[in-house]
Amino acid sequence: MTDARIITGNQAAALAARLCDVQVIAAYPITPQSQLAEMLSLYVESGQLRAEYVRVESEHSAMTVCISASTVGARVFTATSANGLLYMHEQLHWAAGSRLPIVMCCVNRGVGAPWSIFNDQQDSLAQRDTGWIQIYCRDNQEILDTVIQAYKIAETVYAPVMVCYDGFVLSHTMMPVVSPAQAAVRKFLPPYKPHTILDSENPMTINSVLLPNRRPDSEGVLCDGYMEMRCKLQTALDRTPETIREVSRQYAEAFGRDHGGMLWKYRTEDADVILTSMGSLAAEATVAADALREEGIKAGVVGIRVFRPFPKKDVIEAYRNAKAIILFEKSISYGYEGGLCSDLKAAFYGSGIHAAIHDHVAGLGGRDVKARELVEAVKSSLARIQAGERELVTTWLNCQTE
Amino acid sequence: MKKKDENISAMCKPAVGEAGRTGDWRDLRPIIDNSKCTPFVKKRAACYLCWLYCPEGIVKAGIPVEIDLDYCKGCGICAEECPSRAISMVREDKCND
Repeated sequence: MTDARIITGNQAAALAARLCDVQVIAAYPITPQSQLAEMLSLYVESGQLRAEYVRVESEHSAMTVCISASTVGARVFTATSANGLLYMHEQLHWAAGSRLPIVMCCVNRGVGAPWSIFNDQQDSLAQRDTGWIQIYCRDNQEILDTVIQAYKIAETVYAPVMVCYDGFVLSHTMMPVVSPAQAAVRKFLPPYKPHTILDSENPMTINSVLLPNRRPDSEGVLCDGYMEMRCKLQTALDRTPETIREVSRQYAEAFGRDHGGMLWKYRTEDADVILTSMGSLAAEATVAADALREEGIKAGVVGIRVFRPFPKKDVIEAYRNAKAIILFEKSISYGYEGGLCSDLKAAFYGSGIHAAIHDHVAGLGGRDVKARELVEAVKSSLARIQAGERELVTTWLNCQTE
Repeated sequence: MKKKDENISAMCKPAVGEAGRTGDWRDLRPIIDNSKCTPFVKKRAACYLCWLYCPEGIVKAGIPVEIDLDYCKGCGICAEECPSRAISMVREDKCND
């Protein structure tokens, strides 16, 4: 019998962590992630999950505990939002540099100042260069499935994964979610095999200073310099798209649900204009695309699921026949444009894709974005493109400055 | 072909010389005056505060006490801690060798 429940995004994430038999959890509560931390604490306290729940005084410590536990071979989980994630920033680099398969949920929230508890994606976008894999979910089912997939991906490529979903929009909204059976998840996700482990019988120093150049250790074994070690991380992330696609395929085979590997497409086969976003806003864009088609505009949607590693190969294929690409982003690289916009343009270099690209920043700090607003923005962009404006300075959707 | 470390994160075994011969970092050399050193004077294992405090672990707690100058960085903690003032820190360019 199918185990379907009506649960929030936070509950879906907690349930997934439990199904993955996580062994150590260290999380510090922050809105809108708090419910997720509370659920896991409840699971541990009630004996539904045999894990160590380590109470910490900050997010920096939460990630430090995860790093330590992962180093000695435990499957670990944590979650945070916004300023909590920023407080963790240093340790994010340590986790990725140590090649630890930590899975963390980032419940996306706007970053202060000014203070906000509401949703946008500035927090995780600002962690782009830490070496973490980033996956954006569009509904609660995808959150549950992605957390399970994330462990398999992380433990295959030995890199940490951030599972991102929109605060309140998903974290606090109830939706039907199908829970896979515990036994099936255990079959899909074998126990974590650490690449390194602290062992008192064979003492090692982990992450000591690496000098600029390669040099032999005291036994004459040639050891990497800093650059070689960093290059290994890049090489691993370069190969990660294959793993993500394969894990998606295996997951679909085992559980019957495929959320797309690196990205997903909606009505793009004959689309002239492609709306693009990440997370719940991309799901909203499918409603806008339907409405645009009713008005005779051939619209489709590409939802970017994995932002790092960037799905270069996939986007070139997905946008091959598009005449116009309209982006909606819940973050901005201040002083330039939306980060996704820059990456897309860079991916198209030399690919022969010359579609017009318009970038809209939308929904910062929790401002609601309605499908009809997307429709209006697309129509306005198309009119400007028709008038020869193939690229424009990032516009701010529904933002009154006068 | 030389053996290469295949680890994907930075790891090393604690070993003498793992970080190279760090003695050449030294500006001041610890010189022990055995006529003042407690274990040497009493001819038995005693004191060894220099051995206890040395952050590099390169003081040999014997009779006499010996310091491995290949790895001593010259921090002077042994001289500071010695209750008998048996250790003096001498500028490397004033040492006769």
